[in-house]
Amino acid sequence: MLPDRKELWRYRDLLFFLVWRDVKARYAQSVLGVGWAIIQPLFSMIVFTVVFGSLAKIDSEGRPYAIFSYTALVPWTYFSNAVSTSTGSLITSSGMLSKVYFPRLIIPLTPLLSKLIDFGVGFSILFVLMLWFQVTPTLNALYIPLLLMVLMLAAGGMGMWLTSLAVQYRDVNYGISFGMQLLMYAAPVVYPASLVPDAYRSFYALNPMVGVIEGFRAGLLGTTPMPWDLIAIGSCTALLLFVTGALFFRHKEAAFADVV
Amino acid sequence: MSIAIDARNISKIYRIGRAEQKRDTLVGACMNLASIPIRNLRRLRSLSVFGGNQDEEDTIWALKDVTFQVHTGDVIGIVGRNGSGKSTLLKVLSRITPPTRGEARIYGRMSSLLEVGTGFHPELSGRENLYLNGTILGMTKAEIVKKFDEIVDFAGVEKFIDTPVKRYSSGMRVRLAFAVAAHLEPEIMVVDEVLAVGDLAFQRKCLGKMNEVGESGRTVLLVSHQMSQLRRLCKRAIWIDGGAIQKFGPTAEVLGAYEKSMSGDENQSLWTVRESRRKASFLGWDIAEPQPRQPNVVETHGAVVVRFHLQVMQPIHDGHHDLFLYDAEGRLVWGTVASDLELEPGKHAFVYTLSSLPLRPGSYSWRVTLYDRATGLIDRQNCVPELLIATEPLGHPRDEWAGFLNFPHTFRAVRDNHTARADRPAVSVTR
Repeated sequence: MLPDRKELWRYRDLLFFLVWRDVKARYAQSVLGVGWAIIQPLFSMIVFTVVFGSLAKIDSEGRPYAIFSYTALVPWTYFSNAVSTSTGSLITSSGMLSKVYFPRLIIPLTPLLSKLIDFGVGFSILFVLMLWFQVTPTLNALYIPLLLMVLMLAAGGMGMWLTSLAVQYRDVNYGISFGMQLLMYAAPVVYPASLVPDAYRSFYALNPMVGVIEGFRAGLLGTTPMPWDLIAIGSCTALLLFVTGALFFRHKEAAFADVV
Repeated sequence: MSIAIDARNISKIYRIGRAEQKRDTLVGACMNLASIPIRNLRRLRSLSVFGGNQDEEDTIWALKDVTFQVHTGDVIGIVGRNGSGKSTLLKVLSRITPPTRGEARIYGRMSSLLEVGTGFHPELSGRENLYLNGTILGMTKAEIVKKFDEIVDFAGVEKFIDTPVKRYSSGMRVRLAFAVAAHLEPEIMVVDEVLAVGDLAFQRKCLGKMNEVGESGRTVLLVSHQMSQLRRLCKRAIWIDGGAIQKFGPTAEVLGAYEKSMSGDENQSLWTVRESRRKASFLGWDIAEPQPRQPNVVETHGAVVVRFHLQVMQPIHDGHHDLFLYDAEGRLVWGTVASDLELEPGKHAFVYTLSSLPLRPGSYSWRVTLYDRATGLIDRQNCVPELLIATEPLGHPRDEWAGFLNFPHTFRAVRDNHTARADRPAVSVTR
């Protein structure tokens, strides 16, 4: 009982226009516009650099702490925003749900794509920072599209799970931003994965963001060799999340219009 | 004829809130407070879970065993009171919500239009919203591109097409939204009360478009409270009440019965005549000309011959007879009287030739009486079945402005050369 792919394909234009609406409406009538996509990771970076870099003196594997944390913040910000928007997506579109039929799956998948714009903007700032700090990327940077795939699978899987629950239990929606804050510490955003004892490394890698973030660092900053063990374990979790998320969504979707 | 919609025993249960139990003691209240999350969880879970027990006290049957078939190309009207289940039926048919029991099979590509402007975002331009709304309704981008100019032209918003929709007047927004919907080309269309939008000119345009849709061989299911609209567009109608189909058949009959039920049955059998006094009694009535498909349905704006049949048991001298026509709400529409009647025992008919019956479509009832000098009242009857006027509505498309009458008329605007002449008596128009 996987989602009807033929039907999804027929509605691909709707997905495109919903993404377009998301992107355009988000920054409409604001002075900074898409600049907001830079501000979130940039200011987090500044705060982290002061608190964790200068005060707590967390090891940044030989790179300036600013770029060390920013490299993690770009994928993390995408993940966190995509998952929280996706979680609330069915509730936000309750009007559409109760008035017209279309493949419901499009709704939680939309933020997955629209947040890519922010990701792209954040990523280009990363290049500016790399020039500034004179960091040369390694050849492993070519694996970034693969890491992005894992990232999207994980975010999509979480999104489908959580939005199906949030539509019936609003608690999920209220808890998600708080939960994301906590989850950030379960991923190597402010610290390197090497700080985690080897005994727990495989368990730690179950969080798909571990492999993704460490992969970003390895590829762009050359901090470590490509951590394939972390990425492999994380990819499995991400795939599992995505498939079960799609199944759960499918199982619940018929009742969405009634319970939203 | 092939079948477009096959609804079988569709039932839908909705859960409505249940009153919470209150505790009187302080300890009880505290216990109550502590158990709120558990009860909340149970309540929220129950939203999507229905047990085998169908008579749970906090559920209502929005639809109960609704079964019907719609043939390809039929235009079907749906009427019913608010809360009768019309909208739920449309939602089930258009797959927005699943039926609790039963199934609906749809043969063909279907679009549902339960609301105009679904998904409109105020920050986006008219153009962007047009694409967005079109794709939500199931069109592809290529289809929209092909019809773009036509849609914009229909809505009359060319100049503002790149303006954010939040700067539109509400009328413009609705026109744009409807224009998109009007250019859908599904095989089956489900429409909920959305035609009553915009100004009069736009409404006429919409009605024209709906007529086109109806004639193009598409299957249409249309919910409306505008009876004249339904009479104009639909050949058959469904009347739903309390979640079940009350009547499904030709529009005139169904709407007639529906209107009658809405006005209450208080004018049924107002009088009873004691049998002993009966020298004659009315047997029934029918329409003699033009030969109708059914003896109580008028479908012409022209002359109508109506007959009232009676059986006379004893001779009647110096009799007189009244005829009254009442509308569905019991208001007297017309009355007449005939006197100096001399009737021998046997069967008779009172035959009325009416040059026209220029009444707005709907259900009416005749009341006939017969008196004579010696006995007084001989018989007085409310005729069954009721008279159904099933002519094409020719007046205002909105029920509330159409008035009581309905007759052919012409209109033209001419240049009037006489009004300026000074020797004519001046007539002023007061506003």
